[in-house]
Amino acid sequence: MNPRLSRLYGVRGWTILAAFSLLVLVVLPLLHPQHVSTYWVTLLGKIMCYAIVAVAMDLIWGYAGILSLGHGLFFALGGYAFGMYLMRQIGSDGQYRQPMPDFMVFLDWKEFPWHWWNSDSFWWAATLVIVVPGLLAYVFGYFAFRSRVKGVYFSIITQALTFAAMLAFFRNAMGFGGNNGFTDFRRILDIPIATPQARMTLCAITAATLIGTLLLGRWLVTSKFGRVLAAIRDAEARVMFCGYDTMHYKLFVWTLSAILCGIAGALYVPQVGIINPSEMSPANSIEIAIWVAVGGRGTLAGAALGAGLVNGAKSFFTQVFPEYWLFFLGAIFIVVTLFLPQGVLGLIDRFKARS
Amino acid sequence: MTKRRSFVKALALSAALAAAGVAAPGAFAQDTIKVGVLHSLSGTMAISETVLKDVTLMAIDDINAKGGVLGKKLEPVVVDPASNWPLFAEKARQLLTQDKVAVVFGCWTSVSRKSVLPVFEELNGLLFYPVQYEGEELSKNVFYTGAAPNQQAIPAVEYLMSKEGGGAKRWVLLGTDYVYPRTTNKILRAFLHSKGVEDKDIDEKYTPFGHSDYQTIVADIKKFSAGGKTAVVSTINGDSNVPFYKELGNQGLKATDVPVVAFSVGEEELRGVDTKPLVGHLAAWNYFMSQKNPTNDAWKKQWAAYAKKMKLANADKPLTNDPMEAAWIGIHMWKQAVEKAKSTDTDKVIAAMAGQTFKAPSGITSTMDPKNHHLHKAVFIGEVKADGQFNVVWKTKGPVKAQPWSPFIAGNDKKKDEPDGKTIITK
Amino acid sequence: MRILITTICFLSFNAFAQDAKVVEKLAFGESDEQVEAVAALVAAGTPQAAEILQALADGELNTSGKRVLIVKGESAVDAQTGEKLANVPEDKEDIVVNNRLRRELGGALAALKLVSPDLEVRKSSVRELLANAEPGMLPIVRKALATETDAEVKAMLEQIWAALELKAGDRATRLAAVQKLGSSRSPATKTLLLGFLDAEKDEDLRSEARKSLQAIEGRLAWGERLGVVFTSISLGSILLLAALGLAITYGLMGVINMAHGELIMIGAYSTYVVQNLFRKWGLFDWYLLAAVPFAFVVSAIVGMILERTVIRWLYGRPLETLLSTWGISLILIQAVRTVFGAANVQVENPALMSGGVEVLSGVVLPWSRIVIIGFAAFVLLLVFLLLNKTRLGLFVRGVTQNRDMAACVGVSTARIDTWAFGLGSGIAGLAGCALSQIDNVGPNLGQSYIVDSFMVVVLGGVGQLAGTVYAALGLGFANKLLEAWQGAVLAKIAVLIFIIVFIQKRPQGMFALKGRAVES
Repeated sequence: MNPRLSRLYGVRGWTILAAFSLLVLVVLPLLHPQHVSTYWVTLLGKIMCYAIVAVAMDLIWGYAGILSLGHGLFFALGGYAFGMYLMRQIGSDGQYRQPMPDFMVFLDWKEFPWHWWNSDSFWWAATLVIVVPGLLAYVFGYFAFRSRVKGVYFSIITQALTFAAMLAFFRNAMGFGGNNGFTDFRRILDIPIATPQARMTLCAITAATLIGTLLLGRWLVTSKFGRVLAAIRDAEARVMFCGYDTMHYKLFVWTLSAILCGIAGALYVPQVGIINPSEMSPANSIEIAIWVAVGGRGTLAGAALGAGLVNGAKSFFTQVFPEYWLFFLGAIFIVVTLFLPQGVLGLIDRFKARS
Repeated sequence: MTKRRSFVKALALSAALAAAGVAAPGAFAQDTIKVGVLHSLSGTMAISETVLKDVTLMAIDDINAKGGVLGKKLEPVVVDPASNWPLFAEKARQLLTQDKVAVVFGCWTSVSRKSVLPVFEELNGLLFYPVQYEGEELSKNVFYTGAAPNQQAIPAVEYLMSKEGGGAKRWVLLGTDYVYPRTTNKILRAFLHSKGVEDKDIDEKYTPFGHSDYQTIVADIKKFSAGGKTAVVSTINGDSNVPFYKELGNQGLKATDVPVVAFSVGEEELRGVDTKPLVGHLAAWNYFMSQKNPTNDAWKKQWAAYAKKMKLANADKPLTNDPMEAAWIGIHMWKQAVEKAKSTDTDKVIAAMAGQTFKAPSGITSTMDPKNHHLHKAVFIGEVKADGQFNVVWKTKGPVKAQPWSPFIAGNDKKKDEPDGKTIITK
Repeated sequence: MRILITTICFLSFNAFAQDAKVVEKLAFGESDEQVEAVAALVAAGTPQAAEILQALADGELNTSGKRVLIVKGESAVDAQTGEKLANVPEDKEDIVVNNRLRRELGGALAALKLVSPDLEVRKSSVRELLANAEPGMLPIVRKALATETDAEVKAMLEQIWAALELKAGDRATRLAAVQKLGSSRSPATKTLLLGFLDAEKDEDLRSEARKSLQAIEGRLAWGERLGVVFTSISLGSILLLAALGLAITYGLMGVINMAHGELIMIGAYSTYVVQNLFRKWGLFDWYLLAAVPFAFVVSAIVGMILERTVIRWLYGRPLETLLSTWGISLILIQAVRTVFGAANVQVENPALMSGGVEVLSGVVLPWSRIVIIGFAAFVLLLVFLLLNKTRLGLFVRGVTQNRDMAACVGVSTARIDTWAFGLGSGIAGLAGCALSQIDNVGPNLGQSYIVDSFMVVVLGGVGQLAGTVYAALGLGFANKLLEAWQGAVLAKIAVLIFIIVFIQKRPQGMFALKGRAVES
């Protein structure tokens, strides 16, 4: 086998990855919509978006030791950037039958604000999805890492950042729809979203992005760069004394992680149908950390697994035990941090080791 | 390597779990009609929405006890979207496609309604929305049993302008920063202009969600009121009203000096408040628990008994309020429409809903407008009493027809008074 | 109220036979008729008239069929004839009093009380009349002025006199009145003068009025400044109470407790429980005395249980602590929601915490906030004494500065950790008790304060109480000043951004201390 490929995963790893791709990219489209309803497709798509975010989070937390409690912000910013394009694509089909989005009509705005410039172009929106979270992350990270803000302090100020952004976006004057956010999407690239084919396509693109993210992350952490990163996580002072400028490493992985979240957000929004500032709430960002912790941090696949498990459990519990599901969710947090520091994957490994 | 395999296995497992969870409660019995209940039972909105779930379940029990609908019993499917707006859309889709409910009763905030609207329109479902809102929407798939601004906000302001209400000349429009207060205040400003009030006599202020420190704002209101008889129109969201009222009381701003009318404060919100300093402040609704008529007395008794039987929290002091009444009216009108249409098919029921009437606990006979999917509602202005109930001090002469497209917002004159026949473009 | 003038002009102050018609109009008439009836009763000025008006204001005036009754508890008296009834009729109904009538009643009762022998009653009547005076009251005011002895009341009566003369009287009288009003401190006078400016045509009078207005506004501005200072200190004291417990647990132990907000919430609910108990025992006004220690103890116990069962296994792993305490917070919220219901619960202020004290005219400082400021200072003092003057405090400081050495010297670090965590949680409970007086008590109470608490701790630095105090007060001031300028939302955003930037510059906060926690 090609040595570079085998560095990423062994034969078994590649087979399983291929099986997953086959399942989601070939089998599922065939079964949908006759045997598998749209509900499952959108649910799967949503969970896979979360999985991408979890992998991005694992990159910075599991491999660089940076716990961010504000990553939901980058996710939401990507969602808003793409959401602007989706709102423009509604065209004149909104409630007011005007070429401007509904919320601008009732706020009596006659022209688009500056940040909506060129928002009807798909490629510009795609650029924003990458640039906006990336730039914000870069600036924030530059100042934070340069001042050696670490550990809990860093986590708390990421909380402050996302909270401030949430308050700002809730304001209608910001031009992002305030509390109602963006909703009622119709088309992407003039193709209607509400058809089974479109939904399946979005789901498939999300799956492909997830696989791509996993491969990219794996390539990164199995390279020399990844080794330095792990060293920074374990003993940053020593790495600095060895002559590495840790700030550049941390900044790079931090910005990359933010960009991945932004892309996930952009994929999330058309599948879920709404984006609103509560995506930036501190609680959402803390949950991302829990997905990674549940699945197993320091293993990219574990993060994706954790996202699937926790969100699947949430969908299950809010339906079966609507009055008590918060108990279960809270219990998951406690049990995982106390007894499963390596997450579910770690648990599986322990079983394998014992048998 | 093992990680890869277990990853796939675990993913399949969680999918299976979710599937089992979905299939389990839905053992499809052919002789029941499934009805969806989509209210937040946790999160920030749980305070308001839990009682709506309870009153809907009580209505379902009541209907079943009287023989059900078209000879079949109603089977409620309750889900918890947890005050999470994307989850609302997901649960709505689940109710319509997985549980195959005939109708959904749900939502409270405008965001939740707007997030489920595309789902209902795409799948041609039916939603009954029982809460007062800002209008500016009219969907074929939704019946709005709560008040539109012209059935709540405008009559309240007219009352405060009148001699009866204190003859206010200056206005403070105070709200939480989101769509409902912004739209309502926009409508009210236009209305005030039409009555000759100038911008210098209108002060519009917004606070963030969950804001609780109203010292500065109350001080500003005092200063503003020195310029002339002032009234405050509060669109503060739900329980943020409580610290506002407490501050008003503590700073000595009495209702006789500066009356405050609120649109989101009802009996339930006053439950957690010391009402003595609030005596005289106002609320505008289409129903008050203190109204004296046989329908209301019977309904309150029924609710008290139900709360006790189901051991609901606060069963020792059962309260009824306007959204509960709207939910009650909605589900009964739906039942009547289904019986008239002899089917639960959405389009047939929509057609049969036109003109439905129901004897409402507010004392009037509620009518569903034949075209615009809103109820004709009478408007009542109530003053807070020391015991947390409301004294009705004024009411409209009869039911008021809703104007979902407010004439005070530019461009609305082109809107029709009925839902557009638009469908989601699927081609 | 013009009706009042005419009625008084044509009636005399003679003994007035309880005109049944007037009382009937009061009870059964339309709003306008009720106002006329009030005016007639004021003009009569008899004790019976005052009694009827007071009964109406207190909600004790009822109707039963065609009769009008004054019902006090179990006894009922016919208002028109004065005859006592055997028992309270079953079908009695309340008379609806709306704001307009209440306002008239307020003015009428104040006027009638102007000649009361009790000084306090006269003071409060005169304050009431400052805003409510009508020209028809001139004779009453003149009579009161003639007999008044107290200087303060006399000064206010003269203000009212001037205010009334402003509307009636010839030019000279009005000019004198305008000048006299310039010495007022009341915003009600400002309203009056603004109205006068609108209506008056005479230029001299207008310029005099403008001069008086300026004088009043200058005085009122001082009141506003005082108001801003007070609100800042009040907000700062609340932030301090909320954050102090967190500063102790985090600063001294390195544990980031995301369930801190819920410990505050538990303190608030403990207060609610005590309030209900005391209400049942009839001792409502004293419940706070018991609630304070009870809230402390309950939250401390919950905190110590958490420490023993969950947090102790996570020392040295601050990020995991964060996550597990978040899980605990979810469970606590749901538990409270299950036990007490999802709705807010009612915590009433006892009498001593209600209302406010009027410092300058128009500036009312609520008692509840004053008490909370005092309480925060008291708690701060206690914590300071505890940490610096007791053995426990000594051990806590020792463990903070160097855990290993303290253990070597024989300090039981595990036990100290539990006690310190209990202390921090108990203080959170005290904060909850204080918050229950001014904010909603509901399952989500903690969530509103957690971010603010963190900001205070992060800004102030850990390990030193002074940092927390300065940070809390500083944030209180910053928030309030910005709010006065730009509104609440932008103020909060600006403060958060300031903190983010500040931390980049000074990563350890304002008052850094070399502590175990710092080295993470």
